[in-house]
Amino acid sequence: MARSESDVRIGQDKAGVMQWIKDRFPLESMLKEHVTEYYASKNFNIWYVFGVLSMVVLVIQLVTGIFLTMSYKPSAADAFASVEYIMRDVEFGWLIRYMHSTGASAFFVVVYLHMFRAMLYGSYRKPRELIWIIGMLIFIVLMAEAFFGYLLPWGQMSYWGAQVIVSLFGAIPVVGESLVDFIRGDYSISDITLNRFFALHVIALPLALVMLVVVHILALHEVGSNNPDGIEIKEKKDANGVPLDGVAFHPYHTSKDLVAIVVFLAIFFAIVFFAPEMGGYFLEHANFEPADRLVTPEHIAPVWYFTPFYAVLRAVPSKLGGVLLMGAAVLLPLFLPWLDKSKVRSIRYKGWITKMALTLFVISFIGLGYLGYMPANDLYVILARILTVVYFAFFLLMPIYSKMDKTKPVPERVVYHG
Amino acid sequence: MGNRMSHVLKIAATAIAMGTLMVGGVHAAGGGGNYDTANNDVGNSASLQRGAAGFMNYCAGCHSAEYVRYNTLGDALGLTDDQLIENLMFNAEKTFEVIDVSMRADDATRWFNKKPPDLSLVARSKGADYLYTFLRSYYIDDSTPTGWNNTVLSGTSMPHPLWALEGLKAKAEHAESDEGDAHGGGSQAQKFDVLSSGALSTEEYDQFVLDIVNFLDFIAEPVQLQRQQIGIWVMAFLLLFFILSLLLKKEIWKDVK
Repeated sequence: MARSESDVRIGQDKAGVMQWIKDRFPLESMLKEHVTEYYASKNFNIWYVFGVLSMVVLVIQLVTGIFLTMSYKPSAADAFASVEYIMRDVEFGWLIRYMHSTGASAFFVVVYLHMFRAMLYGSYRKPRELIWIIGMLIFIVLMAEAFFGYLLPWGQMSYWGAQVIVSLFGAIPVVGESLVDFIRGDYSISDITLNRFFALHVIALPLALVMLVVVHILALHEVGSNNPDGIEIKEKKDANGVPLDGVAFHPYHTSKDLVAIVVFLAIFFAIVFFAPEMGGYFLEHANFEPADRLVTPEHIAPVWYFTPFYAVLRAVPSKLGGVLLMGAAVLLPLFLPWLDKSKVRSIRYKGWITKMALTLFVISFIGLGYLGYMPANDLYVILARILTVVYFAFFLLMPIYSKMDKTKPVPERVVYHG
Repeated sequence: MGNRMSHVLKIAATAIAMGTLMVGGVHAAGGGGNYDTANNDVGNSASLQRGAAGFMNYCAGCHSAEYVRYNTLGDALGLTDDQLIENLMFNAEKTFEVIDVSMRADDATRWFNKKPPDLSLVARSKGADYLYTFLRSYYIDDSTPTGWNNTVLSGTSMPHPLWALEGLKAKAEHAESDEGDAHGGGSQAQKFDVLSSGALSTEEYDQFVLDIVNFLDFIAEPVQLQRQQIGIWVMAFLLLFFILSLLLKKEIWKDVK
């Protein structure tokens, strides 16, 4: 029943808190649009849980991050000791810190799998190009966030990792060296660098991340979710305008996501409680030594989630060429919506060429990740060059092979075995 | 429906199994290098007590453990405050004080060419296996300023702190030349010729070193035992939550055709 203007007047509303809010804020319509009446395909498979898991990890990082800042000291003199203070003297500080350090790696695990899902089922194709572009921006901001955060414990690997990555900007002709000094605020990584990285890590980038995630989801809800068959469920609707193959986000997808979240948390906390260093992959051994500008570690390797791109960088003999190629490797997926010329979206209805290309891409990405972690010797550099070519070929040749690849007929309705 | 249910269960079981394998796998791989395996047990409080005594008598004269408070040792070692003060606290008065060193930094630099590193986290940065091998790899070498050298860390500035216990060793003639190689290979015993025996037999000395390494492992992360105990409860809770969430999902999805 519609309520008249006079009901909203002060002192005349007796309809309860919910009504009071509804009169002033579009709560009900927002909940309907995004939760209870947002319809997504009923045949989502396991690949469709990584979006919500990214949100879970984002929340874990934000909450544990807030508690870490309560005891962390962003200064070159105190940073390392303050992390040990958190690990030893703060009540459950070790748990908060391990959740944050494991969360950093978990973030990239779920985001990489989320991105791969989009590649499997063509989720980046028209009309979802903008969702994909915003997603890529999230990925780039996330990489920056992880990089800035990694300096904060002020261990040897923090320090020298930052030294190596920041110095890459020095490869830019003419302005390079001045740019490096500008980023560091000093002639080497120092207290002032730590302070600015801290500011970027705890406020600037998280803020950008959260806003981009909101835009990502708004854009998704505008066009609707894709599905493993890559067909539009909106084209087949019932009398009430509800897609025949769609089920409401809540309670259907939320209850399904809850199962995935619990399984994810089981794996996450197994690492936090039983192997927080993850054998040196999540917390590197050298980072338990305080930063020392006079002692370079034997082997400087970035954390695992950067190693595929680091391997591309090292595969090129010239520093500038390596930096440019690494940048291209990060940015190329951005153009997927226009590189993919296939008549169908989903891998289910694509031919053997695309399937083989995607398999090679996965092999190149994982292979580069492994090579980026290893000390560079001649064999590794050759392998890294081959895999780099494969990686770039996957994207650059896509307009050709996606067009000539034979496709299978796409079904009218989604495939679902209830 | 039953088919779908078992499918979901299978995926979940696979995911958990993979996670467990991954954790187990990298855990076993942790440490690395060609070092003798320490296989120390931080749950062994008798070993920790012996290790603490060894550390205070032989290490703490030069090395600090500046992040470790004496009272964090109490519970794990099974010692009261009075026992701590009496047996372990040689240069501290209150149990909340950290394990500091009396040697001044500039003296240390003059005597050893550099300040002996803090040992709070050495077991995490170097690994228990490294430490266990390092402390058993000293040999007499006239060419170094200290008269000592080490196959694990060639040219180390620390003279053998435990020589009176271990005795004197020379590098074996047949041992492959691995100077400068950070990773000494093979069994340590085969690389050295014993020149004179120390106060302890080889087995006793290995145990003495192992206890110190165990203590260093413990102080590098004092919470590690408690962490795993809590972890078991968290896993049990999540398993229960998993079953409930699965039943809820099944109930909600039962009419979706």
